[in-house]
Amino acid sequence: MLKINDLKVNYGGIEAVKGISFEVPEKSIVTLIGANGAGKSTTLRTIAGLIKPAAGTVTFQDEVITGKGPQEIVSRGITLVPEGRKIFPDLTVLENLRIGAYLRKDDLTDDLNWVYDLFPRLKERHWQHGGTLSGGEQQMLAVGRALMSRPKLIMMDEPSLGLAPLVVRGIFDIIREINKQGVTILLIEQNANMALQTADIGYVMETGKITMTGPGKELLANEDVKAAYLGKK
Amino acid sequence: MTEKKDKKEVLYSLIGIAVLLIVIIILEKTIPSTSILFSVLKKGAIYSLAAVSMNLLNGFTGLFSLGQAGFMLIGAYAYAILTMPVTIKLSDSVYKYYDCIVGFQLGLIPSMIIAGLIAALFAFLIGLPVLRLKSDYLAIATLGFAEIIRAIFQWDTIGPLTNGANVLRKYLDLTDVTLPFSNIPFPPTLFIFIVAGICIAIIKMLIDSSYGRAFKAIRDDEIAAEAMGIGLFKHKEMSFIISSFFAGISGALLSMYQYTVQASQFKTAMTYEILLIVVIGGIGSISGSCIGSFLFIACNEWWLRFLDESSNNILGLNIMRSGFRKVVFSIIIMIIVLFFSKGIMGEKEISIKRMVDRLRRKKPKPAVEEGAK
Repeated sequence: MLKINDLKVNYGGIEAVKGISFEVPEKSIVTLIGANGAGKSTTLRTIAGLIKPAAGTVTFQDEVITGKGPQEIVSRGITLVPEGRKIFPDLTVLENLRIGAYLRKDDLTDDLNWVYDLFPRLKERHWQHGGTLSGGEQQMLAVGRALMSRPKLIMMDEPSLGLAPLVVRGIFDIIREINKQGVTILLIEQNANMALQTADIGYVMETGKITMTGPGKELLANEDVKAAYLGKK
Repeated sequence: MTEKKDKKEVLYSLIGIAVLLIVIIILEKTIPSTSILFSVLKKGAIYSLAAVSMNLLNGFTGLFSLGQAGFMLIGAYAYAILTMPVTIKLSDSVYKYYDCIVGFQLGLIPSMIIAGLIAALFAFLIGLPVLRLKSDYLAIATLGFAEIIRAIFQWDTIGPLTNGANVLRKYLDLTDVTLPFSNIPFPPTLFIFIVAGICIAIIKMLIDSSYGRAFKAIRDDEIAAEAMGIGLFKHKEMSFIISSFFAGISGALLSMYQYTVQASQFKTAMTYEILLIVVIGGIGSISGSCIGSFLFIACNEWWLRFLDESSNNILGLNIMRSGFRKVVFSIIIMIIVLFFSKGIMGEKEISIKRMVDRLRRKKPKPAVEEGAK
């Protein structure tokens, strides 16, 4: 569904992504894991159109979308859940959700009900300002907001960041649930354990390059991965 | 459920507006029109519109722009030049040193709208380079553009259009407003309130629409807004143009109210006055801007006047002299900022429905009686 071919991204003079290639098959969960500064977020932001790549191509559903603006990319069905949630604190929960569907002009009732089914907590609090929600609820809102654009591919940048372990589990349950309903998921995580358990395919990124790949469960058992990311010897 | 509530809200607001307009009609019928009350009401309404249009940019889109006086200047000049009768343009009474090149005149309402459109056109052109800047840099750039506009309007070379640095007058002003299809004069204060009210209502509707949500999203978080597919530049430009359009109309109203227009009046100080109103009223609150505007104008021009009269001196101290009112005024502003750090209204809006509800809760008896009727 999504194919990345030899993607290079520069930040000023620094090469953040040094030519990576990977693939996200339809209806799968794919994860990129790696330490800080490996270039994971940069990769996602480039796919979302927020950064222009220096070289390489991004292909979505057999069409090259490299260098297109974020509006075009969102309307094609790729939505980013940004790192650190980035909900709109002074808008109500409902307004946040409506913004997610900004590029759509059709009726939103079904989608709102879908999001409220996934996150009943958001329905209870639909009139509250986004900034008054707890961290876990804000993450729910960020995911719900992304779902409102009715994406085919949803990209999540560290959804577990700064959340309690129990809440993280809940978020990953939701990710699986969304995937079951037919949405493809590309996930970046530092929490390698949870991410690899959930993912069909995992890629390990180190300093701008992909160093390892394989099914999630296999990587989880890999000694090198264990040593580097899971804190086991 | 929420829809029902909204309908009630709208109904109460309409009733509130109707009461306000009726009060103004009664005031205009009973109090002599030379009373300072009307000056304060008119200028307050004009500044309300200017402040709300600035709030659309600063409070709702998060663009810190300081170009408001420049756009008001464009609106004021456009209005004055368009409505000035051709005979006066050709005579020496206004264009003394130049030959006016505008050989036509337009009616009051079309001129007002064109004044807004010309301000919007300038905003479009200025916005192209300037809106790529962020926060402080945007403020500096817009401030600079407003000053440049003022300087250009005073420039000798375009004197045949703007009359150089000289005063424009004898155009259609408030005394020329008549009831439609007749020669009966329209109550001037009421006219200003209606025009400003319509404009503010349009801005309010815009803010409540999906565009307004996009503006607020950009204000809250640009990156997230962009990731949601909101075109940052397009929406900022839209907000800038609309804000300037209404600033232009408020400029046109101001020129009607003043009977004369001169570019030197539209200095940076004017932008700061409007910014002060926006901040004191509450950044992100329309009703706050309106309340702030009337309080500001009333304090500045009316309520504190007595401080300037040396005959009022008590205890033989010679502190009350012209200019003293400004000292007191500054102290009042400091007190307001200290005690209302988010402005008088914060981000909230006045809701007549909420007030009615509160009154009912305090006095349950009248509510029952009302229900019985």
